[in-house]
Parts: sequence; structure tokens; C-alpha cells
Amino acid sequence: MEPSKIADMLSSEFAGEVIAINEFRGQTGVTLKKEKILPIARWLHDTPALCFDYLRDLCGVDYKKMKDPRFEVVYNLYSMTHRHTIRLNVQVADKQPIESVVSVWKTADWHERECFDMYGIVFEGHPDLRRVLMPEDWDGHPLRKDYPTAGPEGEEWSGFKEVLKKSEDFKKFGWYR
Amino acid sequence: MDETKEIKTKEMVLNMGPQHPSTHGVLRLRLEISGETIVKCTPFVGYLHRGTEKLAESMTYLQSIPLMDRLDYISSMTNDVGYCIAVERLFGIEPPLRAKYIRTMVSEMSRISSHLLWLATHALDIGAMTVFLYAFRERERILELFEMLCGARLTVTYPRIGGVRNDVSQEFIDTLYKFTEDFPNKIKEYETLINVNRIWLKRTVGVGIISAEEAINYGLTGAALRGSGVDYDVRKHFPYDAYDLVQFDVPIGKNGDVYDRYLCRVEELRQSNAIVRQCIEALPAGPIMTSDSPKYTLPPKDKVLNNMESLIHHFTLITKGPMTAPNGEVYVATEVPKGELGFYIISDGTGKPYRMRIRSPSFIHVSALPRLCEGGLIADVVANIGSIDVVLGECDR
Repeated sequence: MEPSKIADMLSSEFAGEVIAINEFRGQTGVTLKKEKILPIARWLHDTPALCFDYLRDLCGVDYKKMKDPRFEVVYNLYSMTHRHTIRLNVQVADKQPIESVVSVWKTADWHERECFDMYGIVFEGHPDLRRVLMPEDWDGHPLRKDYPTAGPEGEEWSGFKEVLKKSEDFKKFGWYR
Repeated sequence: MDETKEIKTKEMVLNMGPQHPSTHGVLRLRLEISGETIVKCTPFVGYLHRGTEKLAESMTYLQSIPLMDRLDYISSMTNDVGYCIAVERLFGIEPPLRAKYIRTMVSEMSRISSHLLWLATHALDIGAMTVFLYAFRERERILELFEMLCGARLTVTYPRIGGVRNDVSQEFIDTLYKFTEDFPNKIKEYETLINVNRIWLKRTVGVGIISAEEAINYGLTGAALRGSGVDYDVRKHFPYDAYDLVQFDVPIGKNGDVYDRYLCRVEELRQSNAIVRQCIEALPAGPIMTSDSPKYTLPPKDKVLNNMESLIHHFTLITKGPMTAPNGEVYVATEVPKGELGFYIISDGTGKPYRMRIRSPSFIHVSALPRLCEGGLIADVVANIGSIDVVLGECDR
């Protein structure tokens, strides 16, 4: 099915949820409100004519100062049987949670954990929402636009300080250099 | 007699990795075991996290290519090609036919080298040492060909946005053709060693079974998915470069166990070899860099050295990026040896990407590892890690 037709179906099924439909380079994205993302995901997955059984990618985007709800969670979907794609851009405001779609696609588990890790977006109903790439005791969310690429000079991460201290302690033994 | 009945077993927590030789890098698993059976498996990743996505936001499109080499460092060529294709789609440019064929050829070479390394280490983990030596013998020939092509063996940085860096030499083509003639016999050698080897069969058949529906739901891609019988290959579903111009089959398995995933990858070696051969035979003459869109692509090197305007153009394109990048977002996936590597790039019209998301297959494969391991034995964990073919550089980005 043509992606634009899927977008039309989606906007007629969930009338109040669709904010915009944009098309670029043959790919169609549907901008949605966040409230009904779980029913929408389930509908896309279960409707036989659509059958979006494969979540290709889920990621967050930080539109600080560019758009009003600061974050977007982007779902790239594909149907193995019908071979059609659609993209959902779901708007999430700062410090607002969004419903998890792990119950629909299990692959969303680590994607959502990474999204939480990198942007601090909380996914409600996620079975195990922890940091995945950054250390557990890390401060801040690195992919936010207000997070610097390089940290201040001389201020190391606590874990690295531990390693340095340990190597200092070991120096009192002659065998360790 | 009665005393033995009162002995109670306790669940034990076993830490595997991050420096375990069979975890293929720095993957750490926390295994809760009851006897030899795994009750719960929790993977921990991130030891190799270098913030590639964050770095790419502060670099121009061309500067990011070397970063992509370091994602899946075993087959860096396919990452570079995937990234360049994503950026080309964003800019709306098309490389010339010769460049497309060259890229397809080197991608398949990279696939062969990656699958050979996978076969070698996977067999070594399970206990077949000889395959390791045999597979590295052929992998060395591929790496020498890469060196002949671009000077680097592993981190190649060979493709460019809109084409490739330099043309292939006749000597390279001849050596590669010789390789494609020899290689099918070498694949037979590996198969004689392990295909019907009783130890190999005992360790792989019926281990880590995952059904087709579940594999899709868990987001597995590449041979890990095709082993379960799903006919999903990005090269067929979303053809890029010259993949719609060459003939090849997508091998699929039946049972979705470690052995079927192994069979799929070995058959892929044959198909990749056939693709390389077809590319050599059909390689058309012509330019290797598109000249239709000079605002996005680098000028030829001889012009850069002799013409001031071209030098300025080259300099600004590298340091500032294209000044006329369109506003928009694309998700473009390519088939790398591990699975589907996707790039989701958002451009805000400046020379640098506003957001670049890398959907790496290894990250998703590691997340499906508990599903494969739980209920199995400790020894099968090693077979499972090998069969999903993860590279932690790509997993952690």
C-alpha cells in the first residue's frame, strides 16, 4: 500500500491525533500526539491490511528551541508481508512520559531504554527502564542539545577517578607500575 | 540415602565477560543459573560507547565517514556505503553506474571477509580450531585486496558521497577475479570440516531456536532472521546501488536454530562471491563520482591540485559542509553482514546533520540474547552469541 494512503487511513481512524503528514524523498511521516500511541501501535500491528509486524527503528529527537513540544519519538515501521513503510513522529513535551510499545514490538525494549538514556524520555509501562549505553551513575542525558560535546577540562567521570585512585594505591606495591 | 534428599541446590549468579574470549568484544552477561540451566540472562553493553551519534551532529557530512568505519570494524566498507547512500538519498543525488557497481563489489567483498571472521571465531568458540586457520587464509586475501584498492585493510573510508574515492586498477580486478575463481572450492573445504561433523551438529542443531514471528517481533535481521525462514533482505526489499542489476538468491533456513543460521551465512558466502563476479563482468566504463550535483560532491583530485576554485570548493565542502542541504528527514537502511544497518538523518538545512541516528543490528541482536539463552545450558550461550554475530563496536556506537 502507498504510504500516503496508510497516513490517510491513520488520520481517519484516529481523527484528533494526527497533527501533520509530511512527505520527503518518497518517505511519509505522520506527526502524532502522544496520548494514543499505544492504541495506534496496536492498530497498525493488528490490522490485517496494514500488518506492521516489524519495528525497524525507534529513536528520540531533541528539537530544543525549534519546536514547542521539545522532544519527538520517531517510529520507523515496516510490514514484512505487505512490504510497505510508515514513519510516526510522536511529540513529547519535556518531563512528560510516553506509553511504551514493548507489548506490541519486543524490539522496542532496548530502543526505548536507549531513548531514555540519551534524552531522559520516560516510557510508561516499560518492563525494565534503565540506562543501557551510559554508566548507571551518569549525570545528564548526552544527546540533548544542551549537553556539551566535550566536558570541562580536568573534571573526569567518577568511575574514571576510581580507576586512577586504584592505580595510585597499587603503586605502593613494587610490582605495579 | 536419606541425606542426599535433603541437599538443596541454590541458584547461582555467574558473570560472563566483559573480557571473556567468546563474547566477541566487551559484552557482559549476568547469568542466573540453576545447575547448568540458565534461568535468567541479562546482557550489559556500553563498554565501547564513543558517542558516534553525538559526534556526528558536530561534524559535516563528509567528516563523519571515518566515524562509520569504526562502528562495525570488521566490515567497515558496508558501513561507509550505507552511510553514503543515506546521505545521497537525503541530498537527492545519484552516483554514476560505475561507482554503483564498484560499491556493490566492495560491499560483497566486505561481507565475505566479515562472514569468514564470523565462521572462524564461531567455530573456535564451539571447539573447531582448524576452520579458524582455513578461514583466515582467505580473509587475508580480501584484506590485501582492500589494501591494494585504498591503502587500508580495515578502516577503509573508501566510498564518498556521490561515488567512490578512486577508481579500481586492472591489477586489482585481475587479482579479485582470481580470488572468485578459487573461493567456491575453499567454501567446500570449510563445509567438509564442519557440516556433518558430529560434535558440531551436537552443539548447534536445536540450540537457540526462535520462530519466525518471534524473530520479527524481536527485530532480528540479517542471517539471524533468515535462519528462522523469513525472506527479508534489504538488498531485495529496498534495492540500492547495483543490487537490482545482479542476480543472487537469499538463502533462508527452516528451524531457526544455530545450525540453520550457520547454513544461511555459509550460503551467503557463495552468493556474495557470485555477486562480486557479476560486478567484475558487468563493470561499465565511466566516471566514478557524479558530476550532476557539484554542491554536494567533492571535485576530482587533479582539479583540486591545479585549479583554485576547485580547491576552495573542496575546502569549504569538507570544513563547512554543503550550504544548500535540504530540510527533511530520511531513514535509509542497507544490508550489512550483521543485518539491517539503518541511518535516520534529520537535516535542518545547515552543513551538519541536526540528528543522525544509527540503527545498528548488533544492538538489537544482543537485546534478543536472553530470549535465545534462557532455558538452555551455559555452553549454549557461547553458541548463541556466535550465531547472532555481534560486533560490540557497532552495538555500543
